[in-house]
Amino acid sequence: MVEPVLHISNLVKNFGALRATDGVTIDLRPGEIHALIGPNGAGKSTLIHQICGTLRQDSGIIRFAGQDVGALTVAERARLGLGRTFQVSSIAPEFSALRNVMLAVQAKEGSSFRFFKPVMRDKGLIDTAMAMLERVGLTARARIPAAELSHGERRQLEIAMALALQSKVFLLDEPMAGMGPEGSKSLTRFLDTLRKEAPILLVEHDMDAVFALADRISVLVYGRVIATGTVEEIRRDPTVRTAYLGDHA
Amino acid sequence: MLLTRENLVNLILALGLLAVPLAANALGQPFYITLATRVAILALAATGLNLALGVGGLVSFGHAAFFGIGGYAAGILAAHNFSGDPLFFGFSGTNQMWIIWIVAVAMAGLVGLVIGAISLRTSGVYFIMITLAFAQMVYYFAVSWPAYGGEDGLSILVRNQFPGVMTMVPLNYFLICYVILLLGIALFAVIRASRFGAALQAARQNEVRVATVGIQPYRIRLTAFVISAALTGLAGALFADLNRFVSPSMLSWHMSGELIVLIILGGTGRLFGPLAGAALYVAFEYALGGLTERWQFFLGLILLLVVLFARGGLLGVLAGKARHG
Repeated sequence: MVEPVLHISNLVKNFGALRATDGVTIDLRPGEIHALIGPNGAGKSTLIHQICGTLRQDSGIIRFAGQDVGALTVAERARLGLGRTFQVSSIAPEFSALRNVMLAVQAKEGSSFRFFKPVMRDKGLIDTAMAMLERVGLTARARIPAAELSHGERRQLEIAMALALQSKVFLLDEPMAGMGPEGSKSLTRFLDTLRKEAPILLVEHDMDAVFALADRISVLVYGRVIATGTVEEIRRDPTVRTAYLGDHA
Repeated sequence: MLLTRENLVNLILALGLLAVPLAANALGQPFYITLATRVAILALAATGLNLALGVGGLVSFGHAAFFGIGGYAAGILAAHNFSGDPLFFGFSGTNQMWIIWIVAVAMAGLVGLVIGAISLRTSGVYFIMITLAFAQMVYYFAVSWPAYGGEDGLSILVRNQFPGVMTMVPLNYFLICYVILLLGIALFAVIRASRFGAALQAARQNEVRVATVGIQPYRIRLTAFVISAALTGLAGALFADLNRFVSPSMLSWHMSGELIVLIILGGTGRLFGPLAGAALYVAFEYALGGLTERWQFFLGLILLLVVLFARGGLLGVLAGKARHG
């Protein structure tokens, strides 16, 4: 079997008496989209926070790109190639879309301690960033302040930044949240192409998108993974049906 | 360079500051030259703070520490040079400005590194309070250190020297300060436009985003804080030489507050905001200070109006909203 890119084993996180992550083991293999679903309060966000490094796990191991990243900072994990988008898009609002992506490009180059050359005359930086914007379809909006972009466009912008980082894994936290039906459809099509770049760990509530995209699905309930399997296996799984899916499947 | 509205305003401000002392000199009114020199020095100090506060969003309420340390660097070096007492290892100070400036920049930068390294672990109100606390520590240290005048301060009997310039001539000293101010503003502009500046501005707008692309906001901010402290320290050295006097008042929290007020009046984060603010402040101080001792009441009123109705300060009113590429 191929070595997983991201491997989480026996992860535990307590908040006081509440066990938000209860021995979670989950992995992400090259080329796949692994969807993480579960009802509200199941601990999906807590898990994402631990993978990214904003929260420190109490115990358990997070292996990414062949090393234990459990003690690294957010920025260090990002430099190893952990690209993420947020449930509520996280962008530098005063900067144009282009400058947001330029920030990611300079971060990838590890060149944020250059004090003299003006970025807006840095053709290499601009061209690379424009190429990323083109891939997500934001070329025409490059010079618009990020604060003025629509919800869907901000999502595209975040993905452009993750692309600029040449991420080895994409961690997408509810990318469909707040998107209209048309937006969801086009984003689903886009994510289907994104998997060629790097495997995706997709936290999502939109079941149409999950069933359309996922190679495997893990179901998280009360901090535990109650099932992992292919779309068909999860659809048929009786515990999943009672715990979560209801009649949707 | 494009002749945008902002560049035009900047040019007028820069030339205006130069015109006042030239005219005053021609009319034989040296007092106005001193006033203009004060504007230039305060603008330089605020330009330093503007890098941390305006560009980086780091509301330091302790920049008086760096201003005062620069001032004391000038005062102490000059005092030893005058008395001949060795400062250390037989080095008995200097009266050469350029050496004093280097020492002031280095000392302020070093203290900035220490204060910043600790303070930047906090944010928001805590950052404001901890920078204030550090500055007050430096203040009380100066007050209680009798060797250099303690509470009474330290006089510089003869203004320090610069090769080939008669520094005691008011216009000459203004020109020295003016050139340094322009260099300081240029440095600010270059840094702000650089990759480092981009990361610093992004860290102000969205710290999480910066970390998510793999840049440690802390390191970026600490570097900015040190540069900011060093620039303000340089201004402090110039200020001591202007007054030929340095005292703990340069280190007090009033001074820190004054620098913040200058920036808000002029336009936070704007290239020429500190100069506009300093000019406005000194003009008020002079015009209203002549009428009433309570001129700061009116200054407060104006500050209130700016904060409520003209958030961009004077630059915002004259040149419109700030633009990012």
